[in-house]
Amino acid sequence: MALLSDLVNLNLSDTTEKIIAEYIWIGGSGMDLRSKARTLPGRVDDPAKLPKWNYDGSSTGQAPGEDSEVILYPQAIFKDPFRRGNNILVMCDAYTPGGEPIPTNKRFEASKIFSNPTVIAEEPWYGIEQEYTLLQKEVNWPIGWPVGGFPGPQGPYYCGIGADKAFGRDIVDSHYKACLYAGINISGINGEVMPGQWEFQVGPVVGIGAGDQLWVARYILERITEIAGVVVSFDPKPIQGDWNGAGAHTNYSTKSMRADGGYQVIKKAIEKMGLRHKEHIAAYGEGNERRLTGKHETADINTFCWGVANRGASIRVGRDTEKEGKGYFEDRRPASNMDPYVVTSMIAQTTILWNP
Amino acid sequence: MSLLLTDLINLNLSDCPDKAIIAEYIWVGGNGMDLRSKARTLSGPVTDPSKLPKWNYDGSSTNQAPGQDSEVILYPQSIFKDPFRRGNNILVMCDTYTPAGEPIPTNKRNAAAKIFSHPDVAAEEPWYGIEQEYTLLQKDVQWPLGWPVGGYPGPQGPYYCGIGADKAWGRDVVDAHYKACLYAGINISGINGEVMPGQWEFQVGPSIGISAADELWIARYILERITELAGVVVSFDPKPIQGDWNGAGAHTNYSTKSMRKEGGYEVIKKAIEKLGLRHKEHIAAYGEGNERRLTGRHETADINTFKWGVADRGASIRVGRDTYKEGKGYFEDRRPASNMDPYVVTSMIAETTLLWKP
Repeated sequence: MALLSDLVNLNLSDTTEKIIAEYIWIGGSGMDLRSKARTLPGRVDDPAKLPKWNYDGSSTGQAPGEDSEVILYPQAIFKDPFRRGNNILVMCDAYTPGGEPIPTNKRFEASKIFSNPTVIAEEPWYGIEQEYTLLQKEVNWPIGWPVGGFPGPQGPYYCGIGADKAFGRDIVDSHYKACLYAGINISGINGEVMPGQWEFQVGPVVGIGAGDQLWVARYILERITEIAGVVVSFDPKPIQGDWNGAGAHTNYSTKSMRADGGYQVIKKAIEKMGLRHKEHIAAYGEGNERRLTGKHETADINTFCWGVANRGASIRVGRDTEKEGKGYFEDRRPASNMDPYVVTSMIAQTTILWNP
Repeated sequence: MSLLLTDLINLNLSDCPDKAIIAEYIWVGGNGMDLRSKARTLSGPVTDPSKLPKWNYDGSSTNQAPGQDSEVILYPQSIFKDPFRRGNNILVMCDTYTPAGEPIPTNKRNAAAKIFSHPDVAAEEPWYGIEQEYTLLQKDVQWPLGWPVGGYPGPQGPYYCGIGADKAWGRDVVDAHYKACLYAGINISGINGEVMPGQWEFQVGPSIGISAADELWIARYILERITELAGVVVSFDPKPIQGDWNGAGAHTNYSTKSMRKEGGYEVIKKAIEKLGLRHKEHIAAYGEGNERRLTGRHETADINTFKWGVADRGASIRVGRDTYKEGKGYFEDRRPASNMDPYVVTSMIAETTLLWKP
């Protein structure tokens, strides 16, 4: 309704210096995003200048009722694409009042790895390809799919256009612009092989920023689907049968890999990854065994293999990288519901710090 | 709604040569929770409530006066910018008097103002931060927004501060309200989605003395005007849905100058003690129907029990960890229901802790 949107879109910069900061954190399941807003007296650009806050952890499965305060530490600021003006989104992580990270806080450990001087020196870059499925709200069935049935088989939908092939583009396009507005390094989008499934990519981003940006991009996506009245799913295999799953392929390079001779560094790194395949898989997302079957452009979950331009491999090296003798590689194993703090830091740890 | 109608509603009158403004006078009606308002034209912008004319209304239509002597007089008490009409137009919070100048029985502001003008109270600069919870209902069925008619959503867990079309229902109302209140000049300090789906909270404060209640009433007015635009109904009932669903409260955070200074924690403990001695009196004034909400479950303390604790959300009064650690700060009275009258609650807390002696 016109008047309601007038109010939602009020530009407060004309009447007050105050801004609204939406503090975002990850809840008790490790995938549920939560947020609440507070007023601040003026514009803030530096997360270190934002006040810590707290929330009721007993309502998110993160603290008992008789000692329920969980403390929010602001870590990264983005412009708020919903409230605009000088209003901000703040990505936070969660601590006990004693200053200890609570168990679901995966950022803390990741941050330690990314602060290691050896890791810093290698300037690890990440490009994450986040796939997701859009579902109709009341039936939890993909949008555009007939309720009680299935669309035609996969084939026409990958990067497809048309009302019979692309379902939900308004969400994808508004997400793309909203993320750019927010200051997220979103590098692209595409329609996926399964209809109703889409992908966006964030990166390249250095170190811990990749995890922060991906989480805020997920937040913006779920806020947009909320507006659109559809549900977003990060399940790695939403529909059984001859339908693709959803992953979060993680592209990775270090300074040495990007320099001349980098291809040898890449091969050594992939070797180390192969030696820790089980450990990585355990941390790459719940339910991944339903997705990594060896079919639908995946490698079987129990197999580690890599290859140039091979989409059926655990790790794929692009033809450009092979040709130029330097570049990056793509870990195709992470599921769409992976925690980017865990995955990015683990790849850095295994390839840079760990020795067999 | 047609484009032309919106154009007219949004006409910016400040461009007209005649400097007339519109003032919406707001008052609390006969059942103590129903807000009423009507508008009048004034010849120019006004920023000082004492410069606004008194007005009157038909009290026999709001259960506040008999038919044969129906005029109730409106005394303007505070001014806010009108977020609906914008420009120089204003909202005016008023209280209500007989033609002879006596506050009518439903006027709770008058007695509160006396308490806040008491020198002992004024010297302590009492601050209030009120957390107003409320539930949004679908218009024609009086069932919460987003809930399936004839059924229930999945159990509580995912909704507190949640996002997504399956978890957060009514955010456009909440966000429009946040900006509208900031625009109006209300000291709104934050919002969050609540544990029960379709339930939300906003906080007003810290505000000093009587202004806390003025601001809360205007914030409630703006909220109900916004739900009117959105075609949903706002409920301030403290336990809108029976069963394993949270109720709605109006937790009132409070501090005085002494509590905010070094050594304030001792002052806080003494104040809480006094509140404990008057538990029954406070409960009686903390909102109708509160016994359906204060059960000892769903983050409340049982209505017949008075207890307090640090970070304890199951207590009558909760002291935050920061206050405990720093030895000074404020405390949270978690007993008031969402339908409490802030004039009554804020002045009673001040009276009990600053003026009353056991």
